[in-house]
Amino acid sequence: MVVWSEQERSIINSIFASLDYDDIGPKALCRCLIVYPWTQRYFGGFGNLYNAEAIKTNPMIGAHGIKVLHGLDRAVKNMDDIKNTYAELSVMHSEKLHIDPDNFRLLADCLTIVIAAKMGTAFTADIQAAFQKFLSVVVNALGRQYH
Amino acid sequence: MSLNKTDKERVKAFWSKVAGKADAIGAESLARLIVVYPQTKTYFAHWKDVSPNSPNVTKHGKTVMGGVANAVDKIDDLKGGLLELSELHAFTLRVDPANFKLLTHCILVVLAAQFPADFTPEVHVAMDKFLAAVARALAEKYR
Repeated sequence: MVVWSEQERSIINSIFASLDYDDIGPKALCRCLIVYPWTQRYFGGFGNLYNAEAIKTNPMIGAHGIKVLHGLDRAVKNMDDIKNTYAELSVMHSEKLHIDPDNFRLLADCLTIVIAAKMGTAFTADIQAAFQKFLSVVVNALGRQYH
Repeated sequence: MSLNKTDKERVKAFWSKVAGKADAIGAESLARLIVVYPQTKTYFAHWKDVSPNSPNVTKHGKTVMGGVANAVDKIDDLKGGLLELSELHAFTLRVDPANFKLLTHCILVVLAAQFPADFTPEVHVAMDKFLAAVARALAEKYR
């Protein structure tokens, strides 16, 4: 059972309350595709991913980034039971999308870095710790139903 | 995943922009390492004060970042250039190499936070590859 302190809950809620999904979503996904190019394997039908510029301006990728980021909303609302909240999504990522669960970790790292760039010095070590703890629980939950 | 010409150029160009703040980046990165990954504190049990803003952490962050700066200079031959440091890490410090990844991540977070406009995805991938190459060079003598 994951135990959250009041401070951690407050940090997570605060980050997501002021999150600009339309900005951060695309940036996080683009960064993942550029920094870890093998992740492009899942985006064969998304058009031109030929170079960093193409990825950054690809509207399908942008839209998908926003969708994926909103996928975290249910975890924020159900922090005490993320594992069950994401059981179905985990099955989908495994059986339908066939995504190697290590990729969840790569995207989480890119999201952390994009948020750090947005928040600057306000992204303190404590906030980073809470955010990464939250993302690691999400990542675990998404990988849980793989077999 | 070795460094190509573009990676090296990007690393050197970006480093010239941030080198002036290397000490602060190092201190901040190490502070984040011990807060975000508390298990890393096990390497600093010989310090009475392992809090993020303590003088030991600040000083050691500076030392570590000095090593990174040195690596930028030796970017064309990391294995040869970091030979002594590799022996130090292998035989004396014996830091589990998994921790190099954790510190790399913290360094990237600090760079993103302090240089948001310059730390583009292209620079990010070059720096990530570079720090991974440094880590490989440091682990060279482990076994």
